[in-house]
Amino acid sequence: MDFLAVIDRWLHILAGITWIGLLYYFNFVQTPAIAAAKADPDGPGPAAINKYIMPRALFWFRWAALVTWLSGALYLVWSPFYTFWGAFTFGAIGGRIGDTIIGFGAWLGTIMLYNVWVLIWPNQKKILGLVSATDEEKARAQRTAFLASRTNLMLSIPMILFMMGFAHGLLF
Amino acid sequence: MKNPLETIGGTILTGIVLAIVLNLIASLIA
Repeated sequence: MDFLAVIDRWLHILAGITWIGLLYYFNFVQTPAIAAAKADPDGPGPAAINKYIMPRALFWFRWAALVTWLSGALYLVWSPFYTFWGAFTFGAIGGRIGDTIIGFGAWLGTIMLYNVWVLIWPNQKKILGLVSATDEEKARAQRTAFLASRTNLMLSIPMILFMMGFAHGLLF
Repeated sequence: MKNPLETIGGTILTGIVLAIVLNLIASLIA
């Protein structure tokens, strides 16, 4: 099982980079770019971003998020250092220090996965016109998706710390 | 008070503060 656990951890990190990389792209590049495009009356506007980039970016974003969570959960089951229920109870079950530390990362990652699939993706479908919505619904969807995305950017900072924590040390 | 998530700087600062607080909690229960 150790061999499979290493393959699974490898997949977890690759999928995690894809997910969080796109999250940072959305927050650092695309959202400000769309705002700038909307504010520029002489420019081409954000239509091309919404039509050609957004659906592709969101495809990789949401599926990478799911693969990251599933491969992470599997790693908790297969790894010799952690247990699934130990992690999600912060070490209360099993009493392992590794579970306490990775548990914070696991819970933060789980909240982030919820935000992707329950708050960001359904609202983005309204914004992009993949499902019908009134202008008012679109405006509300935009606000919810924006705040959920920013929340994930914020949560990714402690999440990464705790994912690395057991192997590479916490702050203190 | 303005929502810190409105700006990139506020979001990152909030994330760092949350990381420190959660680290303190983790070190208490570990």
